[in-house]
Amino acid sequence: MNDKNYANSSAVSGTWSAIRRIGTGISAMAGNPWGSSGGDGKDGKSSDGGDGPRNPWTTPGPDKGKARGPSALDELLRRGRGGGSGGGSGGGGSGFGMKLPDSSKYWKWGAMAFVAAWLLLSSVHLVPAQKNGVVTRLGSYSRTLGPGLNFTMPTPLERVQFEDVLAIRELKIGAGGGDVQNFVLTQDQNIINLGYEVRWRVRDPERYLFQIAEQEDTIKEVAESAMRATVANFTLTDAIGPRRAMIESDVRRRMQEMLDKYGAGIAIEAIQLQRAVQPNEVTDAFKEVAAAQQERESNINRSRAYESRILELARGEAAAFDKIYEQYKLAPEVTKRRLYYETMEQVLAPLDKVIVEANGVTPYLPLPEIRKRAIAAQQPVPITVEPGQ
Amino acid sequence: MSMLNDLLARPLRLLVLALVALILMTSVLSVVPEDKQVVVLRNGEVYGTVNRYKKSESFGNSGAGVYAKIPIFDQAFTFDKRILGAKMTDERVLTTDQALLEVDAFARFRIVDPVRTYTSIGTEERLKGQLVSILGSSLRNELGKRSFASLLSAERGNVMANIQIALNREARRYGAEIIDVRIKRADLPTGTPLNAAFERMRSARAQEAATIRALGEKEAQIIRGNADGQAAQIYAASFGKDAEFYDFYRAMQSYRQTFLGEAGKNAENSVILSPDNDYLRRFRGR
Repeated sequence: MNDKNYANSSAVSGTWSAIRRIGTGISAMAGNPWGSSGGDGKDGKSSDGGDGPRNPWTTPGPDKGKARGPSALDELLRRGRGGGSGGGSGGGGSGFGMKLPDSSKYWKWGAMAFVAAWLLLSSVHLVPAQKNGVVTRLGSYSRTLGPGLNFTMPTPLERVQFEDVLAIRELKIGAGGGDVQNFVLTQDQNIINLGYEVRWRVRDPERYLFQIAEQEDTIKEVAESAMRATVANFTLTDAIGPRRAMIESDVRRRMQEMLDKYGAGIAIEAIQLQRAVQPNEVTDAFKEVAAAQQERESNINRSRAYESRILELARGEAAAFDKIYEQYKLAPEVTKRRLYYETMEQVLAPLDKVIVEANGVTPYLPLPEIRKRAIAAQQPVPITVEPGQ
Repeated sequence: MSMLNDLLARPLRLLVLALVALILMTSVLSVVPEDKQVVVLRNGEVYGTVNRYKKSESFGNSGAGVYAKIPIFDQAFTFDKRILGAKMTDERVLTTDQALLEVDAFARFRIVDPVRTYTSIGTEERLKGQLVSILGSSLRNELGKRSFASLLSAERGNVMANIQIALNREARRYGAEIIDVRIKRADLPTGTPLNAAFERMRSARAQEAATIRALGEKEAQIIRGNADGQAAQIYAASFGKDAEFYDFYRAMQSYRQTFLGEAGKNAENSVILSPDNDYLRRFRGR
């Protein structure tokens, strides 16, 4: 009678000490009674009790380490069947008969422990900081648990599904490794090769769970259709270059609109274009354009060089002229003559000079002869000067 | 109390009793979760629904939960209550301007009348298949009326709306409601059409490159012209002060250049001077 009272009270209070004590009972039950050493029911309470079968039978809850109870239940069932069939044949020989009062004490403890552990494990939930727990009571949505310690009814009545609501999840489209090209048509009927990443988050876990099926698939399809619809509004050059950011924000907005229309409870955090390039097939043509661009630049640069050379030359010459002119203004005639003679001096000095009388008279020396002789003799060419008339 | 004692003393009986109770309970009571709806048949006839989709309901206030049915006589058919997807892939569509397109599209739908779904088509899977084939044909119809270019323009929204209306009309017969229809992909098929598009892109680039080169040349010419003009202006501003002196000054420069410059230096130059030459004026003692 004492045992029973104790068992009842422990089931109600469910204190830890009780569980611990009952736990030994479970261990005892978990010991294999069919083993060769299991001749006596009492011997089951030996040190090897913890090595019983550990099949976690439908035990919910995050803490699997404590879920030893079900293995005891398995054992109970097996014993139950064994005892049932053995009851007819007398069951004296094995010595662990179910009707022995000592044995039934362990049964009670085992059952109580199992129930208590179940109650505890399936009704106390420590929700991690980044998660929410969606509670369904017999299938019907009840409430959403925030982070921290939470209590629910035990498992068959209430179930909790945890959903991460802070983590940003990533979905890559066309951005896989290798040479995979993801072609999208642009507004100007060109083809662009796009790879992008969708970053999303579960905003309302209950909507996420109950409103849409195949969530990831839905996001992927929505992303692809939004991307194509958006890119169809941009030209190839815009999409490749300057307006990528605009495409990203457009796609994000479109996706959010569509998902909100579904009531999907999903927030699109960002779209990131990782690759927006021309298809590999036309890369050479695009490089040609780049080359032409370079050529144009260098052409212009050359012209600029010419420009500065010409201008500086002009400025220099003009400055020189201005200086001379200044002097010339001071003494025009003298300066002019000086310049003239200086120039003539320099010009005429190294030259062969022949002075002839103007009036159709033949020269005193045949010019070709002079040259030949001069070259042969390596001597200075004589200058023949006809003195004044 | 004595019965309880008795039971506790014989755990096997307790267990058997509990098992029997459990089996009875599970065969009578069923749970329909928040995301499912159930059609109950009694003796093969539709008897009712549990947790059927209603537009205005919210989670927790729907019909989800436990319901009872009579074992053997009642049968339950479960349908999804969530928004489902039907995918259509690689549908070839010919536009009015004879462009062949490979189109992927999807529809999002929900079973709003599970009884009708059950009686008309049976299962969710078959409903999906049916919707996909309807989607394919209405897409072909609608896109076949459009040009390739219009599919890329704002008109696309219009196309989708038309398809959705057509699809919704059909879907209603199967107890489904179309929530959204979208073209996921509309591409040129690989092979000739795609290569032709690439060729067009290449030639467009070649043209762009040629234009850029020509532009570069034009700009270079303009810069040179401007430079020459400015230089002339500088010269004129300076030399124009005295044209006569400039003529003289420049002539002197020119003589030096001609006879002493790089070109004149190595040549075997001879000069024949007339005594009347101004330079030789003093020769004559004048």
